[in-house]
Formats: sequence, structure tokens, C-alpha cells
Amino acid sequence: MEQPYAIEMLHITKRFPGIIANDDITLQLKKGEIHALLGENGAGKSTLMSVLFGMYQPEEGTIKKDGQQVDIKDPNHANALGIGMVHQHFKLVECFSVLDNIILGVEPTTKGGVLQKAQARKKVVALSNKYGLKVDPDALIEDITVGMQQRTEILKMLYRENEILIFDEPTAVLTPQEIDELMEIMRNLAAEGKSILFISHKLNEIMSVADRCTVLRKGKYIGTVNIADTSREELSRMMVGRDVEFVVQKEDAKPGDVILDVSGLTVASKAHGNNAVKDVSFQVRAGEIVCIAGIDGNGQTELVYGLTGLEPAKSGTVKLKGTDITHAPIRQRSTMGMSHIPEDRHKHGLVLDYSLEDNLVLQRYFEPQFVSKTGFLKRGAIREYALRLIEEYDVRSGQGPITTARSMSGGNQQKAIIAREIDKEPELLVAVQPTRGLDVGAIEFIHKQIVATRDAGKGVLLVSLELDEVMSLSDRILVMYEGEIVGELDPKKTTVEELGLYMAGARREEKRA
Amino acid sequence: MKEQKTPLLRRGWVQSLLASLLCILIGLLIGYIVLLIINPAGANEAIITILKNFLTYSRKEAQIKYLGNTLVKAAPLLMCSLSVLFAYKVGLFNIGAAGQYVIGAGACLFCALYLHLPWYICLLASLILGMVLGILSGMLYAYCNVNVVISCIMFNWISLYAVNMLLSLVKESTSPYTLTLSSNSPGSILPSLGLGDLFGGNSYVTIAIPLSVLIAIVVWVVLEKTKLGYELKATGCNKSAAQYCGMKEKKNLILTMAIAGGLAGLGAGLYYLTGFEQWSCTQSTVPDMGFNGIAAAFLGGLSPLGSVLSSLFIQHISSGGAYVDKTMYCSQISDLISSLIIYLCGFVLFFKFAMNSWLNKREEKNIAKQTAETAAAGKGDDEK
Repeated sequence: MEQPYAIEMLHITKRFPGIIANDDITLQLKKGEIHALLGENGAGKSTLMSVLFGMYQPEEGTIKKDGQQVDIKDPNHANALGIGMVHQHFKLVECFSVLDNIILGVEPTTKGGVLQKAQARKKVVALSNKYGLKVDPDALIEDITVGMQQRTEILKMLYRENEILIFDEPTAVLTPQEIDELMEIMRNLAAEGKSILFISHKLNEIMSVADRCTVLRKGKYIGTVNIADTSREELSRMMVGRDVEFVVQKEDAKPGDVILDVSGLTVASKAHGNNAVKDVSFQVRAGEIVCIAGIDGNGQTELVYGLTGLEPAKSGTVKLKGTDITHAPIRQRSTMGMSHIPEDRHKHGLVLDYSLEDNLVLQRYFEPQFVSKTGFLKRGAIREYALRLIEEYDVRSGQGPITTARSMSGGNQQKAIIAREIDKEPELLVAVQPTRGLDVGAIEFIHKQIVATRDAGKGVLLVSLELDEVMSLSDRILVMYEGEIVGELDPKKTTVEELGLYMAGARREEKRA
Repeated sequence: MKEQKTPLLRRGWVQSLLASLLCILIGLLIGYIVLLIINPAGANEAIITILKNFLTYSRKEAQIKYLGNTLVKAAPLLMCSLSVLFAYKVGLFNIGAAGQYVIGAGACLFCALYLHLPWYICLLASLILGMVLGILSGMLYAYCNVNVVISCIMFNWISLYAVNMLLSLVKESTSPYTLTLSSNSPGSILPSLGLGDLFGGNSYVTIAIPLSVLIAIVVWVVLEKTKLGYELKATGCNKSAAQYCGMKEKKNLILTMAIAGGLAGLGAGLYYLTGFEQWSCTQSTVPDMGFNGIAAAFLGGLSPLGSVLSSLFIQHISSGGAYVDKTMYCSQISDLISSLIIYLCGFVLFFKFAMNSWLNKREEKNIAKQTAETAAAGKGDDEK
């Protein structure tokens, strides 16, 4: 059963100074299929899509649409050919309504230039109903959830009658429920004859939704496989080039003394001033990984801010190794042995315009080994220290310690933060979504580091939105729902389903010991 | 790991230098065109006069003497540009250098002419008052989130009129100018240490000039070599990250503005205490020294050492403008031409950006060509 290809990219080669971003890559997208494009960070997925979008011209290779060779000159041209894309970071005007965003650039007007929104509105509502997108055309973008915003982007493509839809890591920003909904929408779209290119490095999602999958590694084409004939393990081997351990290998925890003791902690949200964390109490002991699970926005961020001092606690106490640190400055918490892998590595974790070595000493630059009594930095000592961390934690970058952090890939930026925070030899490691947006190779590495920290007798508080991570890494699970801890679970005895019920607020323990 | 050698054109300082030179060239060109439009006959001579500045004098002694005058005015310009670039490195745009300069002038002249204090106290007063003004802007930003640019512009005017009022106490009875230092408080004049004699007996040449260069070096050392510079720059690049790693980001912002303000204030002291210029108590515009400091900072590639050269150049053409033939051009022409060039100086960053993208394109083309050649010659190299 030979189907015509909607888009064929044949033997594409694209070089940049110093690297070959795409080396003889072939990608054939059938009509009405969901085709996954899989690869680690830096494998060349984005470059390939930029070529398809006309942002780069390939040095070699051809692009065919419906069998006809095309020369895509710029993104407008790509749009005219019916190629649309949902970017990882949405391109929406926050203070415009959903409808306004959809018609932006293709506004229907009378000859005199007066907007004709009614007709556009009808079309949008019809499309929304047809594909089950459930979007309110009159809501403002800034008021709707991330999932809704993404559906607005999808509607934007549909409104322009695009036939080829590209989703660039669409699930990175979504909650588990929203991911399920998106998968359903993608299936509907494919059933209606749209061809979908789904860029991802999450194997579970690819396995559940895609028909075929093309794998890239380090700019090279590895192969295209039918999802029905493959397994998660095979895909990951193709992507990384070696076997990857999905199950975190770890011994049973041997909890020791209490490291972190939180009682009655209440923290107000910076956004709206209401209490985002309500009267939360728990303990973390030495040698155990305690995981805070929950759907994004249930107070995990504020809880961490309260613990690390980024936001003041409204009431309650936080004790680190028996010392009350509720109102201690951040620097003091850090020197007392608290390490913090922050949720947002660009906002908090790194000074992006600083070099890698300067970022690696961000928590220790004031120690006598790095600064003289007269206030001069000891550049030699900093370089030496940075080289050691780069070696030990395999942080890869263009120019070693003097690389600007901004120019590093997300995975290596995260590795640098992890190196910095773990090497500080903390008593307590607070890790917030330490593997967000990373590929399996990097995730495996980071998980190993976290387990090693635990085995060295440190306490670990992990905040994660990924259920797999929660289940495989933690020794105890605390579920947060609407700012409260609603349940404590043992990952060995519970199931993902039970955990999901707690996370959704459908079940809660009335009394906690 | 082998360290790759950066190609010459990619090095930061080479780029800064080239971009600055390009700006100067274009500025001069546009200036020349304007001169041509106004009066084609004198344009050649005028632009040469501007460039020659003190060299217009034929006598060697006069040349040296007027070089001294240019240097006297370049010193405060350097201080203002240091003030701007220091704040800029910490992510703040200190447009208030002008006001801090004004308040510094007021402080030192008041101390000299009213209180008859020795020069070092006067200098200290200008430093401290400049700092106070900087601290106010910094605090408004840190605690009330008032944009530094807004508060600085307001302070520029507040300080101008405050200083006008204050210095009216020590002005000459028949003119709007303040009393001369030499006749009223000779102890407040900066010591020359024999430098004046080096410049053909130009008594305005004082320790201010070497001092300002010394301060430029200190600023460079602080920014690049010390823990303080590390903290301040980190705060400037990413306030949230600075907070996250336990730096006192509010304190750092205020400290930065204090230092920036102090530099500009001290600049005024280093100028007015030479006695070169008297303050006019009726002036209704903020002296342009602080604003030119912005241009000098950018022209100098935001490096303290580059600022030394750029301040000298800007002052050179400003002074040169004064020699343009006033029978052919109106008297404002010198200001017009020098401000045109200064204006173009602001484009350094743009040229740097353009240069980088040009280099990228060229490199890309080269690689494409090379690989095409190797492919033609045989087979392309596989990845290492």
C-alpha cells in the first residue's frame, strides 16, 4: 500500500562553522501519519526543521512536496506551501484574544481595511469543534492555561489551512492530563488527513502516538522505524548509541538523622499574594530521597522558595540539622549545607553571560580558596576547580571553562548546575525538576548523581512533575495538592494510578502522622 | 584539551577598536557633508581644522599649551564615561552622570569659594555628593522599582537648579559666573606638581589628568579582577541568579550607583578645581559633559582603558571645533559637528554586531566552499 509522501526531505546536508548540523538526512512524511523525529539535544532536529521552514538553505539535498521538488526560500514561502509549526515557546500576543491571535497576519478585512471578525470567528469555532480543541475564542491569552495557548497555536495552523503540522517538543510545558489531551488531538488531526511531524525526546509519548519514527544522532541519520515493530529500548539505543537504563539502580534507603524539619510552613504566592503553601509539615532524613509530587502549580515552587529563602515564610518553621533557618539569609542556608538545583536554570541557576567557570563557582566564589583577603579573585584556582568539575561531571562545551554559559546546550547547562550543587557536598540537596527538557542520556546521568548523593548520606528533596521520575527515584513520595500535602506514599507499594488520584485531588489522607 | 586560538577579527578588543574607528570615520564623513551643504567653500579647511585642534597653532609652545587644555577637559569626560560604563556593566544605564557631575561641581566650588577649604577636601566633597545622588537613584530602583533612567533624569534637573542656587552665594557681583579660584581660594586649586610646566606653563594642567587615568585603571581592576566586580556584574547580568546564590542584590545595585555617582562627581571636582572654567549660575541646561560620557563609554568599547582613548578623541574634536572659521560658518557649527560625530559613536555596538554576522556569513561560505572542494577531490571526511 504505497501512500504518496506529503513532504520528503532527501539527503539534506547543512553545515555551520565548525560542525555539520545535518549530514545526509532523509525524512519522508506520509499523508495522514504522525511521524516522530527523535534525537538528543543537539542531534540536529531544530536545524532540519529550520531547513524545512526556509530559515536555512541546505548545501545539499532536495525537498519535495507531494512529489514536486520545491525550493523553500523563507518561512512565508513555507506557510504558503501549507507547512505550519507549533514552537516550543509559543508565539502569541499575551494581551490579545485567542481569535485575534489566530487571525494575526491573515486578518480578513473589507476593501477599506475594516476588520471582519465575525466570519473569522465562525471559522475558528467550527475548527475548534471539529478537532475537539475546546478553545474559547474570546478569552485573552494571558488568562488561559498553557495547554489552551498551545491549542490556540494549533488553531492558528488549522485556520491557515496548513496540511503539514510540526510540533516542536509540544509536551515539555504540559501537565500529564494536558499531554493526554494533546495526544488525542494529534490523533484526530491525523485521522482528518493532516500530516504531523512530532519532535520529541520522550520515548513514551512517541510510542503511544506516532506511526513511524526517524532517529537522528549527532547530525546523522540513524534510521526510520515503524513504531509497531519497535520498542522503547531500541529507540533509545538508536538515539543515544548505547543501552540506557530506564530503571534507576538503587539500594534500599537507610534513613538516618533528620536533616530538614519543616513544620506548619505557609508561604504566600508572589503572583497573587494568596497562600500557595498552606501549613505544610514534613521531614527529610539523611540517606533518603523524598519526592514532592503534584501537578504543576500546586504550591511546589513556592514551597521550595520558602525552604531556600527566595521568598519569606509567612509562618511556620524550617530547621536544617536542628538549626532554625526560617528567616536566615540565602547565603547562610547555602553555607550551612543546603544546595538548590533550581526549577528555572536560566532565571536562577546561571548567569548566562558569565563563562562556565564563573558559573561553576557561583556558590563558592567567596570562599578563601577562590578569593584573596584583599578581595581579588584567584583565577588560577577557579580554573583548576572548573576543569575538575567539567571532567568529573562530563560537562561539554565549545571552549571549555571559558565558554559563555548562554552558548551551551540545555543539558550541559543543567549538568553544570548539578556539578556545582552536588560538589558543594551539601547536607540537603533540593532538586527541582532536575531533568526537565533533557534527553534520556542526560537524565540517566543526573539520576545516578542524585542517588549517589543519597548514598553518601545526604538528604535529598526532589520536586518533580514527571511520574516516571517520581516512581523510580524516590524513597518516599509526598503529594501536594492546592498547597497542602495530601498524602504520603511508598513508591514500592503504590501505583501510578493511585498517585494520579492523589495528584488530581480525588483522594487525600485525612490525618497524617 | 587544546585551546583554540581565536582569529584576530573575532577578538573582543579588535572588534571594539575597529567598530570605534568605523564610527569615527562615518561621523567625520557626515560632518563633512553637513559642512559642504552649509558652505562648500570652507568645508575642507573646516574639517581639517577640527581634526587638527591644537595643531592649528604653528608655534610648538602654543601647540603644547593647547594640548594641555584639551587634556584638562578630557579628564572629567573620562570620569563621566567611567561612571556610565561602570553602571552599564552592572546592567544599569546611568544617564544621571550629568546630574552627578553637576552636583559634584556645586560641592567642590562651594567648599572652595565659600568655605575656603583645601583642594583635597573639595575633591572629597564632590566625590561624596556624587555618590549620594547615585545612592538615591539606586535606592529608588532597589526598593521602589523606580527606573534608574527616570530618576536620573529628574535628578539631573534637580541638581542643576540646586547648584545654581547654591553657587549664587559665591558668584561675581557683576556677572552670572562664580568667583575665580585663583583670586579667592588659591588653596583649593589642584596642585600641578610641575605638570603645568611640561605643557608650556599651562597652569590648568594639574594632577587631575594622571589621576583620572589612574582611576580608569582601578575601575578596570575592580571590574575584572575582584570579588566585588564578580558580584556586581553577576547582579547586573541576572538579578535572580544573584539572589539565588545569596548575593545581596539590592545592596549591590545601590553600591553600583554609589560608585558610578562618585566617579561622575569626582570628575567635576577634577575639572572645576583646576580653575579652567567658572560655573554660570544662570545656565538652564545640564552641562553636556555627563551625556558625552555616555558616547565616550560606548566609543571606548565599554572598556575603562578604551574610555581613556575615546574621551581624549571626543574632547579633541570638540576643542577643534572651536577653531573653525567663524566668518564662513555660524558659531554653533563646532558643536554641531562634534555632536554629529559623538552621536555616531553610539553605534559602536551596532557595528560590532554587523561585523560578527558578516564574519559568520563569510566563515559559512568558506566552509561550504572547502567541503565542496574536498568532496570534489575525493570523499568528505567523516566525523572524528
